[in-house]
Amino acid sequence: MTEDLIDRLTSDLRPARKGVVGRRLALALAAGLAVSLVGVLLSLGPRADYPQALLSRMFWMKLAYAGAFATVGVFCVERLARPAGAAGSRLRWLAAPLIGIAVAAALQMVGKPAAQVHRLVMGDSAMVCPWVIAATSAPLLIALIWAVRGLAPTRLRLAGALMGLTAGGFGALIYCLHCPEAGAPFVAIWYSLGILIPCAIGALAGPRLLRW
Amino acid sequence: METSDGELKVLMIAALDGDGGAYRALLGDLRLRLAAYFGRRLRRDPDDVEDLVQDTLIAIHTRRGTYDRGQALTPWVYAIARYKLIDHYRRGGRRVFVPLEDAGELRVPDHGAAVGARRDVERALATLPERTRALLRDLKIDELSVAETAARAGMSEGAVKVAAHRGLRALIDRFAAPGRSHD
Repeated sequence: MTEDLIDRLTSDLRPARKGVVGRRLALALAAGLAVSLVGVLLSLGPRADYPQALLSRMFWMKLAYAGAFATVGVFCVERLARPAGAAGSRLRWLAAPLIGIAVAAALQMVGKPAAQVHRLVMGDSAMVCPWVIAATSAPLLIALIWAVRGLAPTRLRLAGALMGLTAGGFGALIYCLHCPEAGAPFVAIWYSLGILIPCAIGALAGPRLLRW
Repeated sequence: METSDGELKVLMIAALDGDGGAYRALLGDLRLRLAAYFGRRLRRDPDDVEDLVQDTLIAIHTRRGTYDRGQALTPWVYAIARYKLIDHYRRGGRRVFVPLEDAGELRVPDHGAAVGARRDVERALATLPERTRALLRDLKIDELSVAETAARAGMSEGAVKVAAHRGLRALIDRFAAPGRSHD
């Protein structure tokens, strides 16, 4: 029985394609990004102050913050999509954006009167921002789930969480194109929350949706 | 002497590049390792061991693109084996579809043991006189009070207690010395 199986598996063996994991993840991210981008630009539109916005430090800081989660997340998922893939050493890099935004937020708030601090924290869109980021990340999370199901994750909950984090990071990155907020404390709280939502969804859905 | 991870890895890389002979040698070796791995963990259902070995070999084959040539091979293989084992437990003999993470919250009632115990009790009860059997059934299985049992049997409460006590003693003796029971 097992002998026959080995015969079947080993006869007519062709070279395996290289870079399957990377290619599949890249494909999923490209598809997810395209859908999210079109969605944000059509439903919300780009921010109104475009030429000047590119000169503001906060614009780039938001991009960096979201991009850091997206990047670290992709590298972790690349590991977790493989059997025995350990993401621990890569996960540690998540500390970088967290520390960075905390420092930036503290610098903005220190010595400011309470009314200004309140403004820096709440901005104009605090109650919308996390939900819009979560919605923007949805196509990315769906695409990633498709990609990783075809690979071989063995720690499904962790893989799902990191896929959610990746999707959240990219979702926030796209949302930056619309969002005019300029407070680092705002980003530290509401962007983080928006990224955490898909992360939690991924952790909850991973064990069910990632089985192979 | 067992083949080392390094040797297996060489076979794997050759197999990934299309070398069927190396692949055959690799799967032949892994097959034995997997049989040992599952055998140790599934002593109670050895029939499933061969199924799991085959499932794992198929998974190794179809997902071989996820092997990272920079990493050791055996951890990759055993991670797949472990995944298949958990999957087997999950959909296993008892057909309980519970994700492993939630298993702690749900206890599967052990019907096998309960049914077995019930059968043993019935068999032991059968060795008692009809009257005592009815008393014990009322008192211990249907959990009636002594007064109710006495009323049903038309006996005094004292007589019920004495008869029940004797019956229980006899039952305990049966279980202590099963050779004397009549089967």
